[in-house]
Amino acid sequence: MTGEVAAITMANRPSVTAAAMKDAAITALVAAGLFIPIVGLRTDVGADGALMIRQRWADVAILVLIAFFGRLGLVTWRGLRGEAKPRTAARTEVLRRAGTFVAPLLLGAAVVLPFIPGTGRYELDLGILVLTYVMLGWGLNIVVGLAGLLDLGYVAFYAVGAYSYALLATTFGLSFWVCLPLAGILAAFWGILLGFPVLRLRGDYLAIVTLAFGEIIRVVLINWVSLTGGPNGITGIPRPSFFGLPFSMSGEPDTFAGFFGIEPSPVHRVIFLYYLILILALLTNWVSIRMRRQPLGRAWEALREDEIACRALGINVTNTKLTAFAMGAMFGGFAGAFFATRQGFISPESFTFIESAIILAIVVLGGMGSQIGIAIAALVMIGGFELFRDLDEYRMLVFGGAMVLIMVVRPRGLVGSRTPTVALGARRAIGAEHVGEGRG
Amino acid sequence: MSAPMLAVDAVSTSYGAVQALRDVSIEVAQGEIVTLVGANGAGKSTLLMTICGDPRARAGRIAFEGRDVTQLPTHEIMRMGLAQVPEGRRVFPRMSVMENLLMGAQVAGHDPPPLLDQVFALFPRLRERQAQRGGTLSGGEQQMLAIGRALMSKPRLLLLDEPSLGLAPLIVRQIFSAIRDLNEKEGLTVLLVEQNANQALRLAHRGYVLVNGRITLAGSGRELLAMPEVRDAYLGGGH
Repeated sequence: MTGEVAAITMANRPSVTAAAMKDAAITALVAAGLFIPIVGLRTDVGADGALMIRQRWADVAILVLIAFFGRLGLVTWRGLRGEAKPRTAARTEVLRRAGTFVAPLLLGAAVVLPFIPGTGRYELDLGILVLTYVMLGWGLNIVVGLAGLLDLGYVAFYAVGAYSYALLATTFGLSFWVCLPLAGILAAFWGILLGFPVLRLRGDYLAIVTLAFGEIIRVVLINWVSLTGGPNGITGIPRPSFFGLPFSMSGEPDTFAGFFGIEPSPVHRVIFLYYLILILALLTNWVSIRMRRQPLGRAWEALREDEIACRALGINVTNTKLTAFAMGAMFGGFAGAFFATRQGFISPESFTFIESAIILAIVVLGGMGSQIGIAIAALVMIGGFELFRDLDEYRMLVFGGAMVLIMVVRPRGLVGSRTPTVALGARRAIGAEHVGEGRG
Repeated sequence: MSAPMLAVDAVSTSYGAVQALRDVSIEVAQGEIVTLVGANGAGKSTLLMTICGDPRARAGRIAFEGRDVTQLPTHEIMRMGLAQVPEGRRVFPRMSVMENLLMGAQVAGHDPPPLLDQVFALFPRLRERQAQRGGTLSGGEQQMLAIGRALMSKPRLLLLDEPSLGLAPLIVRQIFSAIRDLNEKEGLTVLLVEQNANQALRLAHRGYVLVNGRITLAGSGRELLAMPEVRDAYLGGGH
């Protein structure tokens, strides 16, 4: 196989194979240097209880060979592909055209999912999980993708929303529909509170402060035992009702099943939750798209592009940043309230840094600022994560590999192009190749 | 001459311990083109930015159309009828030309279409490029876009910071003739900061020379051009 490839390459560019061999040899050397101490030597407890060194040279050889041929294959493939750069423009066009029907298709699939035969409790729960992350991704996208403010503590707002609902519902007995806007408002308030001290920060500095903010919220939740229950969390959070009709198994007239005269089933509540998060996610999407066309949304994007130019144009940078933080946080709060009512139990464990990292990864992999890209990224990341459940601890490896792969193949995210919000005549997508890497 | 449109009176500005401007006083009257020339680091851009309130003047007073703006926040100053074309153009690179222009109109809240026509009449190139991303324009086109974006707020005073920076001489001439047109036909008042002293002084009615944060010379453009010390220092005469 490699011989064939090499032969073809040889015909085109004689230098490629020699260079590839050299490159692969260096890679193998590096691999050997790494694997000899790490894999080659292993300490075991011997029969007499003493430590003894076991040598595993065969394993090292296999690993080094994998590295050698992997590198050789990669380099020759790159050589064969050659300068295929101009294709990106065509690819952008194909993606744009695909985007016009992929989005409605995904939406259609999401709407009918509960009624597709073979969809059980497991699929619905997974759907709810994916949609929660789609919503969180869209919410964080307002802050990171549109306003260009790198936020590593987004999970804090998710936590504020969840605890707001849990505390309001368990302490004052307020219903979900009253608590939902309250949770959003409280999260937005915390968003502004975070926004003030970080107004002058950008990039790495902002990321560090937001990271700390996320941790502060979590640590407060753990330690303020009298209010939050500390590490034990809050139990017995009321489940949502269908506009006042509880999902109960009794089948009485004042329950959901009884009111509509259908057989009581535990799936009803799951289907209801599914549609609830679908509507919440679509609301987030709708607001984001609307905002981008509004002066405020355009100011967010301008802020991401160039803060100094924004000042020169008379844009109130303070207000623009604070509204972005508040708006993003509000949707995080909504998602948090939903999470609390779905789980019925919350604890600080659900709001660790890894959650922030996953949400940010969804936004970045989706191509910052792209609504459909984020939805696909959430589906791939969360759905894919479930798919590889059987792999146990190797799951993280697949996960990491997939992320590296996406970033190698599409460095600006799955959908890196951006369509201008205003145009005279036909709209033209701005190709990913024109979009700076790592610059929202 | 009635009260000047812009009056900068004994303004001092510092960056931390470094004093960038010392007792600078300049005036710009309605309908004038005034230029500020000086070497690198003389404080030209600092003066322009201080007028916009960022950084804030440590001492002195700045008045625009008779109103004291010294302590106003930047975004409020920029809404009073003055617009700035920042140094290095600073167009929004991922936004289309059209979006860039609309950003300029946004804060002032004027109806964009007639203003767009005016900008496109001044720089026909921008009309052709309106769907293109700001960052893909050439340097000259970006400068046109930056000026067009500033004009979208319908300013009475335009502050220009080194519009000739890094541009070919032909493009510089185009930009400067556009500035002259704006001044003569639209009556726009212009404060122009330039390193390209020769062309700036030819264009301007009056000029100031800034050296190490102080105004050392002032006069009409022609007078300054003729002065031996200006010729020696900024026009490369005799070197």
